[in-house]
Amino acid sequence: MPILERGGRQEWRRRTSAEQWLRFLGALGLTAALVAAASTISAQTTWHFVLDAGVQLRDLGMRMFPPDGSYAVAVVRPLLDTLHIATLGTALGVVIALPLAFAAATSTTPSRLYVRPIAILLLVTSRSVNSIIWALMLVVLLGPGILAGVLAIAFRSVGFVGKLVYEAIEEAPELPVTAMETTGAGRAQALAFGLVPQILPTMAGVSIYRWEINIREATILGLVGAGGIGMALQASIDALRWSRVSVILFAILGTVVFAELVSARIRRELG
Amino acid sequence: MIESAAHRRVILGGLALYGLLVLVTVEIDPARIAEGLSRTGAFFVGWLRPDFVTRWTDIRAGLLESLAMTAVATAAALLLSVPLGLGAARNLVPGPVYTTARGVLAVARAFHEILVAILFVAMFGFGPFAGVVTLVVGSVGFLGKLLAEAVEEVDPAPLEALTAAGASWGSRVVFGVLPQVMPRVMGLVLYRLDINFRESAVIGLVGAGGIGATLTTAFSRYEFESVSAILTLIIGMVFGAEVIAGRLRQRLL
Repeated sequence: MPILERGGRQEWRRRTSAEQWLRFLGALGLTAALVAAASTISAQTTWHFVLDAGVQLRDLGMRMFPPDGSYAVAVVRPLLDTLHIATLGTALGVVIALPLAFAAATSTTPSRLYVRPIAILLLVTSRSVNSIIWALMLVVLLGPGILAGVLAIAFRSVGFVGKLVYEAIEEAPELPVTAMETTGAGRAQALAFGLVPQILPTMAGVSIYRWEINIREATILGLVGAGGIGMALQASIDALRWSRVSVILFAILGTVVFAELVSARIRRELG
Repeated sequence: MIESAAHRRVILGGLALYGLLVLVTVEIDPARIAEGLSRTGAFFVGWLRPDFVTRWTDIRAGLLESLAMTAVATAAALLLSVPLGLGAARNLVPGPVYTTARGVLAVARAFHEILVAILFVAMFGFGPFAGVVTLVVGSVGFLGKLLAEAVEEVDPAPLEALTAAGASWGSRVVFGVLPQVMPRVMGLVLYRLDINFRESAVIGLVGAGGIGATLTTAFSRYEFESVSAILTLIIGMVFGAEVIAGRLRQRLL
């Protein structure tokens, strides 16, 4: 803590003057940037439409309620598709992520110089591209349908699962692996019995958690044609059938809550 | 993990059966895939030759708009999530307030950002304003919940000391709780900035502005060179942001 000499008296300050100025200028710059950002957005906004949002909301509410109960039956099939997309996509993502995780972890990678950077780059790319953008690309390649959705979910999950698992591998104690090797086990044997049991709980927990996220993501993939309930949603919005949209939204809400409960239950069991 | 071998076998068998059944329902159309594969060539050629130049004006405008949306939304969300987060902490407020705040936070996180964006675009019209409101809703749910969890984990000793000295509820929060949770909140805000930027690339799909709008346009015009350029920029900026955020966090904490 700096001490100032002022009029022969010593004065205690929390920060030096330089620090104080730096903080002040930082806050000023941040505020200026925020104001500039806000005015950019304001310039791009049709305020007339924003101001009558209340009217729009009431209008929307009146068109959404009462929900079209007869449509509920038609929602079941796409909803099941959504569950399948999330589940298969997660499974496939985990299968791709595991070898990448072993290639990316410093303790298990075959080559720190060549293999590890490539594995990490693949994981980062997978995470940086949102699943709906993966879906956008895959629909162009594979045509609309569930397959594109499953692959989109899988490709996005690889980065998430891979990163968390490779961190778990790096944090796992190496002693069991060394012990196995001193008893004459091969590298593969030593990893399978010395390392894998240590990371299995993390792997299972991360996969379940990603499954829960994927259920949520799978509900919207249909907007770009990748199957599931999002396709029904897009069709209803395009046809301005808002009484159906509300049915779909309730169905999505129910599914998401269900997935969250299942996931929380399983993760609690895993400890 | 699962103690009984019989249980394990039943669960694994069930999962395998489910996988088989589901694989049947996935309609795989080889003819369509073959058709798509011929397009894959064009796609990957475009991918490998990102074109930053042709649509640069649009890309730049989209990126700047995304950055502006990210900044405004994160700042607004921080302001809103502090009262909500404090209200959702069991050790600070009475039961009814706790339940209400937790309820608001749960609703804010229930729907995917895209669905929220559809609603707000219908309400506020096309453009970045709907996008900002969408990002605010998602960020409040995220920051509020994690802030509440941080507040519930604070060391109770300073709080007790303040109470014993006769401090009011406000002073207890300002001097007993906030100093303990602020470093964590700053870390979360930096992380949320990163998430919001990435989300802003997505909600443009349904008309909520930002680089996502540019991306969708490029996609629907099959301009894969521009698509590749935009995605490269997004990945590069997210990567750069991660490096900067890491440095900032080290200096702040």
